[in-house]
Amino acid sequence: MKVPTMAEYMAEGKQPEILFWVGSAGSYDDRAKKITKAFVKILNKANVDFAVLGPEESSTGDVAKRAGNEFLFQMQAMMNIEVLNGYEIKRIVTCDPHSFNCIKNEYPSLGGKYEVVHHTQFIKELIDSGRLQNVGDTYKGKRITFHDPCYLGRANEVYDAPRDVLSVLNANLTEMKRHKATALCCGAGGAQMFKEPEKGDKDINVLRTEDALETNPEIIATGCPYCNTMMTDGVKYKEKEDSIIVQDIAELIANAQNL
Amino acid sequence: MEYIPNILFAILLIVGVGYFAKNVKKLTRNIKLGKDVDRSDNKSERWKNMAMIALGQSKMVKRPIAGFLHIIVYVGFIIINLEVLEIIIDGLFGTHRVFTKVLPDSVYGFLIGSFEILAVLVLITVIIFWLRRNVIKLKRFLSAEMKGWPKSDGNIILYFEVVLMTLFLVMNATDAEFQAMGSGNIISKHIAGLFGSGEHLHIIERAAWWLHIAGILVFLNYLYYSKHLHILLAFPNTWYANLKPKGQFVNDASVTKEVKLMMDPNADPFAAPAEGEDEGEPEKFGASDVQDLNWVQLMNSYTCTECGRCTSECPANLTGKKLSPRKIMMDTRDRLEEVGKNIDANNGTFVDDGKSLLNDYITTEELWACTSCNACVEACPVNIDPLSIIMEMRKYLVMEQSAAPTELNVMMGNIENNGAPWPYNQMDRLNWKDEN
Ligand code: SF4
Ligand code: SF4
Repeated sequence: MKVPTMAEYMAEGKQPEILFWVGSAGSYDDRAKKITKAFVKILNKANVDFAVLGPEESSTGDVAKRAGNEFLFQMQAMMNIEVLNGYEIKRIVTCDPHSFNCIKNEYPSLGGKYEVVHHTQFIKELIDSGRLQNVGDTYKGKRITFHDPCYLGRANEVYDAPRDVLSVLNANLTEMKRHKATALCCGAGGAQMFKEPEKGDKDINVLRTEDALETNPEIIATGCPYCNTMMTDGVKYKEKEDSIIVQDIAELIANAQNL
Repeated sequence: MEYIPNILFAILLIVGVGYFAKNVKKLTRNIKLGKDVDRSDNKSERWKNMAMIALGQSKMVKRPIAGFLHIIVYVGFIIINLEVLEIIIDGLFGTHRVFTKVLPDSVYGFLIGSFEILAVLVLITVIIFWLRRNVIKLKRFLSAEMKGWPKSDGNIILYFEVVLMTLFLVMNATDAEFQAMGSGNIISKHIAGLFGSGEHLHIIERAAWWLHIAGILVFLNYLYYSKHLHILLAFPNTWYANLKPKGQFVNDASVTKEVKLMMDPNADPFAAPAEGEDEGEPEKFGASDVQDLNWVQLMNSYTCTECGRCTSECPANLTGKKLSPRKIMMDTRDRLEEVGKNIDANNGTFVDDGKSLLNDYITTEELWACTSCNACVEACPVNIDPLSIIMEMRKYLVMEQSAAPTELNVMMGNIENNGAPWPYNQMDRLNWKDEN
């Protein structure tokens, strides 16, 4: 798989069109790595000149900040900013809404000013500009429902890009009762991904999965690696993993293109 | 002797308004206990938000039934209170329905007629509201934090409205002159018969008139002790609300200074502070009490209408966790009131009472249940931000007390050591490229 690093670009004295921020989940988590690869396939297919930081990338610090450790967050942020500024990065794309939000909104006042886009926005750009064509009919007529990630939706009001991308699949898109601004969280945000939930009568991902099941979907589409894990677990909990698949929008597009 | 009613009225007015002014002063002082935060940018957008959200109630109508009913009470209440202007002039100068002298009968009739219709609409709406709270038992009015005073408060306001509206209609119905004018008594003419005719009519009319204005003054002073404060504070609250993307949390400037120092290879950590730079006490990170919050967060707490829209959208609360963003706001307000009373009792300075917002009001269990999803912020009809308070308190727990849940400490340790929340080597970040 062709995945050039910034160091390699630098050595050749070139600058890529965009930096792909893989994020910690996308780099290490088995399920999320599949999303990363699907997105890279799309980038390669559309001949996008991109690079990753590879071992020079480090946690954005987002989750440390949400857990209350402002110090660790700013340490991480400043280290990353040093690297990014060193490479004179202008534009960043990421599959992780948490990295997206953090770099886009919280890095600027620490000296890191970049244009940051979510991968669904970038894929939409590729489609709109004709760099990605004939997406394919793999999902024609399939019932798909999209779960809005909090850090893409409410946090940054990006509601349309993921839906626009899904709409080229000619699938049967249905909305959950709670969607867009009123979408229910998958339960992973605010560092919950890394701890047991507090005592309650249900897990949040189960409640969100029930929202999705009401639409009787064949596919639950996600736009965040953490949401993906949460919804996958929810579907398993409901013993529906044989009839419902949970996939990131990048995976759906890559599949439709037979990549 | 003939001026006694005028003097009585003036005294009533001065006492009512004066006491209210005193409470407003206390309220402002309490809000100013918060830290400074600059929200003076983008004035035009702020005015627009205030016009849309506070005046135009644009977020209220997201729940169409409650929103519609609320608008009736809101509009009715404000417009009917134009009538208070006439009452005040009449009261001070001993006139009777002074506007009939300056306005043509038809205009006056139209105004009072509209007020009467609104009064009936308000009455009907208030009854529906009462049923929602007490008979239909809507879930969001039944949470643990709504027991006791908050529950009575909600009902008392409704009774107030019933009494005020009824007095207004009775006052009109028993005003023989007004009824004789035959314009604007569109509702009151139907109940005028109930009161018969004769000398006693005038007495009822006067009684209703005095009780009406006294009731309004009492209501004005009730505000400070009630969630109804939002009818005033909704305006500044929406003006000063955060305009940045909801996902953007503030970066602590004091932390930035320290981190920069640590990362600067030339910095001498033992260097004496530069001339003029006072060493001072090291700043406290995050918030354990109300004084650590900023003044907008404190104003938020007084503005909260206790409507529970936030809590009814909160994923943690919906799944039975203890966290309720409404309770976060109510706790902040109650603690702030307690601190304010402490200051009053101790001649203007706060004397440590061994209590704090953290633990005595808000438990760590509540704080750690939050997913930072912003659903509460989105849902709030008056742009309150409960999440920002939760985050400040987490910051205190972690940075001042190292009291994060164990798993989170492990996660943060991993980030410190390997640059990822999991124990993987940073050098392996790109391994996925060659895996299948
Ligand atoms: S941000 Fe926290 S308190 Fe607010 S709705 Fe989400 S989980 Fe609840
Ligand atoms: S914070 Fe806002 S939404 Fe929540 S109870 Fe108060 S006014 Fe209602």
